Amino acid sequence: MAKREYSFYPGCSSQKAASASNYQVSVNAMCDELDIKLNEIPDWNCCSASIGYAEGGELPRLALSARNMALSEKFNPGQDIVATCAACWLATRETKDRLNHEDALMKETNEALAAAGLKVAANQKVRHMVEVLIEDIGYEEMGKHVKKPLEGLKIAGYVGCQTNRPFGIDGESFENPKYLDKLVATLGAEPIENYEKKVQCCGGALAFSEPVKSQAMIKDIIEAAYDGGADMIVTPCPVCQMNVEVYQDQINAKYKTKFKMPVVYYSTLMAVAYGKSDKQAGLDGQIIKATQLEAITRR
Amino acid sequence: MGDMNVVKVEAYRNSFLKEVEANVEGGQWVKMCMQCGVCSGSCPLGSAWDHPPQELFMMIRAGKREEVLTSSSMWMCTSCYNCIVRCPRDLPITHIMHGLAHYAERLGLAPKNQPTRKFAKLFWNNLVKKGRVNELKLGVALYFMNGLVEGIKTALKMAPLGLNMLKTKRMNPLEYVGGHGIKDAAGLQAILKKARAIELAKAKKA
Repeated sequence: MAKREYSFYPGCSSQKAASASNYQVSVNAMCDELDIKLNEIPDWNCCSASIGYAEGGELPRLALSARNMALSEKFNPGQDIVATCAACWLATRETKDRLNHEDALMKETNEALAAAGLKVAANQKVRHMVEVLIEDIGYEEMGKHVKKPLEGLKIAGYVGCQTNRPFGIDGESFENPKYLDKLVATLGAEPIENYEKKVQCCGGALAFSEPVKSQAMIKDIIEAAYDGGADMIVTPCPVCQMNVEVYQDQINAKYKTKFKMPVVYYSTLMAVAYGKSDKQAGLDGQIIKATQLEAITRR
Repeated sequence: MGDMNVVKVEAYRNSFLKEVEANVEGGQWVKMCMQCGVCSGSCPLGSAWDHPPQELFMMIRAGKREEVLTSSSMWMCTSCYNCIVRCPRDLPITHIMHGLAHYAERLGLAPKNQPTRKFAKLFWNNLVKKGRVNELKLGVALYFMNGLVEGIKTALKMAPLGLNMLKTKRMNPLEYVGGHGIKDAAGLQAILKKARAIELAKAKKA
């Protein structure tokens, strides 16, 4: 099989010792198994996520993503841009779509980029890693690499917002996307049918600024997973992962619940099913330990 | 900033809708709203908004400038995009909310103590400095954004969480002194400065 190459935009949270560094670790293990080569965009910058609007405004906000695209075109020409973070993907894809359709914006953006000697054509596709898995690799191929099926595990596929809306994954519905469930089944585990909070918002950045309101939503997301009989939650988004995992102590204190629900990435599940070690799968990054996955890596 | 507000009041004396159309990201869509309320009903924090999107759209058309621009409502947007995908008229509602928030901020009318406004400003200033977000500095700045006393209380409350992040190597105390960044931060800042200048020049003309 020919090696697939992509221009990779990892994003701030995936950096070493950042909040989703364990995501990056598991992505590396997964890509290694699937013969995917990720060429990091040199000197990429933050996309300002969905919270850059207030101080940044429209053109500065879009210019952030445009700079990344310009660097990608320069150093990784001819490759699709791939992001693992939902917000990175959304911001970059929004910028690409708008640059492709708005001539005035394209002109202004290039005027701004010229201040650093850069220019953008916005001619590379912008994709989320799950699109690469589904569209370029395919479920069948992903299944062939499974060495340790995740048998007996029940997993709630929490898709969340930004890998689902407004762009979403081709062929999936906004209200009930099935791709995580299909992936879970491909790896030998059992997806929770009708997981009620599959596309519920976790609060995103407002988990920081409006913790009470956000934690009420997070509580529902976890509760619905328990109601469905889930052993753990899987998500494609670093913000979802963090918000749903790290506040469980605070939620327990406030709501008198006894939540202890591991929240992992799709790439964590894949790395484990592909026979990688705890460390390679990023399991040491779990605040709530995924003990059932650890048991499988030791098998 | 205050001056810009006076200029805009003078320029659009009789039509806040026209002002929004010319000055707010996505503002030209506001008149398309048919008041069905799907956006308000779909918003995960809908009940926390003084005026949910549907109401804001009608208030804009009714000329309620002060009430809209000083509202904390649009700062409640979590950017979940539920409203966008469900709107039967395809209004880019999330972007309009962001646009309204930014316009209110630019005019100096945004509610000063609104926590998401404060956080959004911290986030932007944090990322601009080195080109990448410094999560630790952002977190600490967030805890202390309402002053020292409340900051210490928040920091103590959040300490167990921070410890968990440290233990799992998802946080690095050294980030506070150095931390991640890009090589060409100066170039990035030049780009942003130019982008802001272009935008402000357009805003003055609008």
